[in-house]
Amino acid sequence: MHGLAFFLFLIIVALTLIITYFASKRTRTTSEFYTADSSLTGWQNGLAIAGDYMSAASFLGIAGMIALAGFDGFFYSIGFLVAYLVVLYIVAEPLRNLGKYTMADMIAARFDDKKVRGIAALNTIAISTFYMIAQLVGAGGLIKLLLGIDYVYSVLIVGVLMTIYVVFGGMMATSWVQIVKAVLLMVGTFIISVMVLVKFDFSVIKMFNEVKTATPLGEAFLNPGNKFKDPLDTISLNLALVLGTAGLPHILIRFFTVKDAPTARKSVVYATWIIGIFYILTIFLGFGAAAFVGYNKIVAANPAGNMAAPLLAEALGGDVLFAFISAVAFATILAVVAGLVLSAASAFAHDFYSHILRRGQATEKEQMVAARWASIGVAILSILLALFAQKMNVAFLVSLAFAVAASANLPIIVFTIFWRRFNTTGAITGMIVGLFSALLLVFFSPNVWSPQPGAAILIGEPLFKLANPGIVSIPLGFIAAIIGTLLSSQKEDNKKFDEILVKANTGINQ
Amino acid sequence: MAIREHSLMEHTSIDYTKITQSSSFQQLMRAKKKFILPLTLFFLIFYFALPILTSYSNVLNSPAIGPISWAWLFAFAQFIMTWALCTLYSKRAANFDEMVEQIKQEAKEGGSV
Repeated sequence: MHGLAFFLFLIIVALTLIITYFASKRTRTTSEFYTADSSLTGWQNGLAIAGDYMSAASFLGIAGMIALAGFDGFFYSIGFLVAYLVVLYIVAEPLRNLGKYTMADMIAARFDDKKVRGIAALNTIAISTFYMIAQLVGAGGLIKLLLGIDYVYSVLIVGVLMTIYVVFGGMMATSWVQIVKAVLLMVGTFIISVMVLVKFDFSVIKMFNEVKTATPLGEAFLNPGNKFKDPLDTISLNLALVLGTAGLPHILIRFFTVKDAPTARKSVVYATWIIGIFYILTIFLGFGAAAFVGYNKIVAANPAGNMAAPLLAEALGGDVLFAFISAVAFATILAVVAGLVLSAASAFAHDFYSHILRRGQATEKEQMVAARWASIGVAILSILLALFAQKMNVAFLVSLAFAVAASANLPIIVFTIFWRRFNTTGAITGMIVGLFSALLLVFFSPNVWSPQPGAAILIGEPLFKLANPGIVSIPLGFIAAIIGTLLSSQKEDNKKFDEILVKANTGINQ
Repeated sequence: MAIREHSLMEHTSIDYTKITQSSSFQQLMRAKKKFILPLTLFFLIFYFALPILTSYSNVLNSPAIGPISWAWLFAFAQFIMTWALCTLYSKRAANFDEMVEQIKQEAKEGGSV
């Protein structure tokens, strides 16, 4: 039964390696390595953003959550999508106009200060690493379930592949792996959704009626409140979802792959359509799994519900569809981790090595060597952490990444573009408080502490009751940036802000 | 090294403060603010209305169309809202692009040294 799935996995591996081979011929300069020489079209980047963003957590996690908890699972779909309005309205164009290779470039365009760049780079590395560990641990478990390959080998296979894409093919290979994955994921999701609809005679009403009796929750399945009991926690989660995306480094660097701000805008619009359609279809995946696979079978395969979509494929289309959807899930993982390696490596090589350590004096060749070694270093570190975290429940690391992005990055990005009075001290205090408040609150949260042995990582009462820190840490990040600015004796640099204002809004002198 | 000098030269040749004081730039900033600020507030309120209503009340649990409750309709409305605001923004941004072109033109002609 695993024969076909294994064959499709090999095809995906071969396809991505061919992409990498061709991309490697166009990956000789730092600009090509970090941004594919800003040569992508709006459509290509739109698909790549979608491919970068729709992780296995989205595809498998949300489908499972909707199948098990009904409406509450759909909260994620909504938040992940509406977040793109924040990206489109506030962040994408100024970022494209001010930055070069990394998010820290944008902040450094205004505050040419080593500390500011260093902390911004640190935040990028922290966010990308949390996200990557969650993806790799999920990948290891998933491939084990789908193919029967041992966890350690699964993580190593994914780890080696992502390293090859990034080291040899840089942003060009990463982008095209993401584009291919986005197309595969949309095709796979669409096929399952249509099959689910056929089963319900193309009637959404009938589908809603039937899931009422399909799960142990009964009619409550369709109402909110099955998963999220605490109102404050629900709102906190929604806050991190909607504001976090605009601060995720691996998404932000995608805007440097197009030539100018209008193209960056177009790519967000395309991405929003694709991502929106995908998240609408998660209802069919979730409801379909609830109706045709059944609660018991989903939970038996994986308590978190991650196997709901592949099991639904099996129930509807037999071994062939199961193999195809498994291969799609595999491609999904590869595309996301490649983007994460690239974003963390660019913070190490471009921000720390080229700008801070070498003060911008490194030659092009030295920078390329640094970029490649940084990618290898990031990959090895992540693989080791993922192997170490095998037995831990690390799904919360994704929400932690969103919380840090919203608490530490977003305030600084917004103030850099819009606030004349904002200064270096404010940037530093905002980033540090945003990062550490999110980290500490998660450390003391129910994600890490539970009185029940085995339910979380450590045993004991959580000091902080919310699973999602956003509602506290995001305001703290903003307030710290404001207080730091106001308390500092630095005078406001009007000339510099005029320059930022013109550059951010017009793209003059790029 | 050559690239650094080049960008340094360009850096000093543009008077950004003068551009910010030009009427065309101020017009762009006003137009953007008038569009972006109210709509950002709108979509944030629209978005948070859903979890706030579902967490603190049951009003959205009543059926709207057959078995589909208002909560689901409001959830679908979030998608429609996002796509609508996306389309609206790209339409308006075409105007912004024209204004930017004019500012660039003026900066070039104005000999802002």
